[in-house]
Amino acid sequence: MAVLDLKRKLAILSDAAKYDASCASSGAEKRNSLGGKGVGSTEGMGICHAYAPDGRCISLLKILLTNFCIYDCAYCVNRVSSNVARARFSVKEVVDLTLNFYKRNYIEGLFLSSGVIRTGDYTMDEMVRVARSLRLDHDFRGYIHLKLIPEASPELAAEAGLYADRVSINVELPRDESLAVLAPEKDAAGIKKAMGRMRLHIEDRNEPVKAGRARPRRFASGQSTQLIVGADGARDGDILARSAALYGSYQLKRVYYSAFSPIPDGSARLPLSRPPLVREHRLYQADWLMRFYGFGQGEIVAPGEDLDLAVDPKTAWALRHRGDFPVDVNTADRETLLRTPGLGARGVDRILQARAQTRLTLDDVKRVCGSVKRAKPFIVTADWTPGAATDAEGLRAALVAPQQLSLF
Amino acid sequence: MRVARLESEIDFDGWRTAARALRAEGVRPEAVVWTVERELFDQGLFPPHEGEGKAFGVPAAFVELARTVILHRSPERFALLYRILHRLERQPRLLDNPADTDVAKARDMAKGVGRAIHKMHAFVRFRRVEDVAPETPREQYVAWFEPAHRVTEAAAPFFARRFANMNWSILTPDACVHWDRAMLTMSAGADPADAPSQDAQEEMWRTYYASIFNPARLNPAMMKQEMPRRYWRNLPEAALIPDLIEKAQSRTETMVAAQPAKPSERVLKAALKHARGSYGEGNLTNLEEVAAGIQVCRRCDLWRDATQGVPGLGPARAALMIVGEQPGDQEDLQGVPFVGPAGQLLDRAMAQAGAPRDRVFVTNAVKHFKHEPRGKRRLHKTPDRGEVQACRWWLDAERRLVRPKVILALGATAVQAVFGKALPIGKTRGQRQALDGGELALVSWHPSFMLRIPDRDAKDRAYAELVTDLKQAWKLAG
Ligand code: SF4
Repeated sequence: MAVLDLKRKLAILSDAAKYDASCASSGAEKRNSLGGKGVGSTEGMGICHAYAPDGRCISLLKILLTNFCIYDCAYCVNRVSSNVARARFSVKEVVDLTLNFYKRNYIEGLFLSSGVIRTGDYTMDEMVRVARSLRLDHDFRGYIHLKLIPEASPELAAEAGLYADRVSINVELPRDESLAVLAPEKDAAGIKKAMGRMRLHIEDRNEPVKAGRARPRRFASGQSTQLIVGADGARDGDILARSAALYGSYQLKRVYYSAFSPIPDGSARLPLSRPPLVREHRLYQADWLMRFYGFGQGEIVAPGEDLDLAVDPKTAWALRHRGDFPVDVNTADRETLLRTPGLGARGVDRILQARAQTRLTLDDVKRVCGSVKRAKPFIVTADWTPGAATDAEGLRAALVAPQQLSLF
Repeated sequence: MRVARLESEIDFDGWRTAARALRAEGVRPEAVVWTVERELFDQGLFPPHEGEGKAFGVPAAFVELARTVILHRSPERFALLYRILHRLERQPRLLDNPADTDVAKARDMAKGVGRAIHKMHAFVRFRRVEDVAPETPREQYVAWFEPAHRVTEAAAPFFARRFANMNWSILTPDACVHWDRAMLTMSAGADPADAPSQDAQEEMWRTYYASIFNPARLNPAMMKQEMPRRYWRNLPEAALIPDLIEKAQSRTETMVAAQPAKPSERVLKAALKHARGSYGEGNLTNLEEVAAGIQVCRRCDLWRDATQGVPGLGPARAALMIVGEQPGDQEDLQGVPFVGPAGQLLDRAMAQAGAPRDRVFVTNAVKHFKHEPRGKRRLHKTPDRGEVQACRWWLDAERRLVRPKVILALGATAVQAVFGKALPIGKTRGQRQALDGGELALVSWHPSFMLRIPDRDAKDRAYAELVTDLKQAWKLAG
């Protein structure tokens, strides 16, 4: 086999990693390199060091250790039957690249994933060696995210959590049944079990420490997962129900949705068309409503149904509940305001703050929320009432036009 | 007209002293001109710079806001801050009204400054300088950066925390900051030529940048919103952008147009081998097969949102079998029955009753955890009759294989599964009943029932009854 130079390897193995939606580097324990020997800090909030032409943020060196893989998952560009160029990094190469990039302030840390070579344990062990070397040999204090191989042994997964800030296991397909069809070697139950074990590890670590005992060493503070949207027939309602179950079962920090994207040398088992990117966007909005706005999954969209692509899920909900509107921004409680289209969590807090002093006008709301375009038909202010607009036939159409998303 | 002259563009202390004096004198905001220019207004009246303004109280949030706003490049920032200060005298809670025009403007500026700091943290690109003295090698890095506002000083501590063990400098047109692994120092603004012009890693970084984006998702508008053009000049990767955008469309088309390759026969065979066969009805000859079968069971829908099936646990030939309702949150994660709060209560009761847990076969009527997500938690839901009925298949297999003398059913669901019908527990507990399979059956309260009773006495009573029933069951089994 020809020896590839490092640059070529980097091109192949970062190209292969681009389908993974997760990139966030937030939620790590705060730490810095003062008093240490190495480099690095995390400040709670991650930093996006660049943006790619696809609009996504680059905060981590996101690469695969190798894109050789013994499996044949239809949606995956690295499946054994695909004809893409292959490469493999050595442990040291990944460590050096990470440090070199980090010291120049290109990245927040490393996101390491891998195709499965030989066995799950062998592959996981290589990945753990990268993290261990960064932490122990180089006193690296930046962010590390490791993608676990679900079938690797629990001990290796636990060790991964010792060095990584975040670990994740991709569920990939929202329906276990489709996993059986599109990724016959993947075992949905095995993935769930691995996530369950990881939750127990993470919780264990957060137990209060007995007096006189040292706190066990650093352990991942969270796990996340990714669902591919549009590769199987799952509807948005099914996808969100799955997310709700995953959040509740495994205390996930995030579920990422990745619109199924055409891949080079695609498999014949996949749908030909790709879902509109706006669908992914709507799913994130719906997910957000569940996590931060107190919406139950069932309130947003029923299983077996899809989200409205033309309006955001909160507006769609409000249009179905017109009887609850308009709400008076000067008197309504927080929960009600949070459910009003166009009012974000920050805006709502500011409204509550401001109204202690003044009766808010439409202009005031505009100043604290940035815009009232969407909120206008749903709110009453000191100088504005939508009158019959809330119930108007054409309201939905009026709300669609101005915010048509052009993601492509 | 009063003229207030400050030492520098970010001279907060100077502004504060001047503002304090002006306000003490009652000078109206319209009557002040703020400047940092030396020559201008040399004939003007200057407010005293030290000591003469009497201190007065303002909300701490204002001082903080002003410190930030002063870093903004807008020439009107000094005047705006003084106007707010002036208004605070009569409206001490002014800052709490985010809808006020002046307040909103100041907050916008502060937000802009915050964003500029953040972007500086993100977009500074260090270049390594060759060692000046090779005999004492140390890593020295220099960056050239043009911040949107005058934030160099404010942004510097972040770099000191992150790159504590490197020597580095960040040069900007306003000011330069240097870190020698111990202290931050400032110097006057510099020129791009003072910084190194390249770094060997930039070629690697550009390779990464070009490879990590997905051409099928091209969205330059979004990119520009987060990475404004004003920063591109000093980002080594930004030079690639036009070309990447231009080629994205054709790259996508090539991808889509490419004929899917036929997977090799070998691969398909391997896939088939991995696909699991279903469990065969009736051919369960030992408990391992039962446990494996439960993992792939699809007899009802509960497997879907559960982590795993939880089979019974205990000696393959136990004289006593205890049947509970279904696994809970902890059982679901660990794959072991009765390890959560209810399990701990059962352990305690069993110990008290003298029935050693490791000699009893403990299982559940339903093998998968039925629950409903509620935010970040899972709320237990009682399995319905259909589910109990479907899962009885596994309980019956366990009964057939373990062949216990006595079965203790805990709670209504277990009763339903063991007897095939409902019985009132309060009335029937304590009575032994013969089952068709020849076993003796007893019923008792489910420990999680005790966890839910609010009344202390009733709780203690139910617990004592459970201990009594366990004792009896153990004796009968003995
Ligand atoms: S609960 Fe019982 S019947 Fe339902 S899927 Fe699980 S093992 Fe099968």
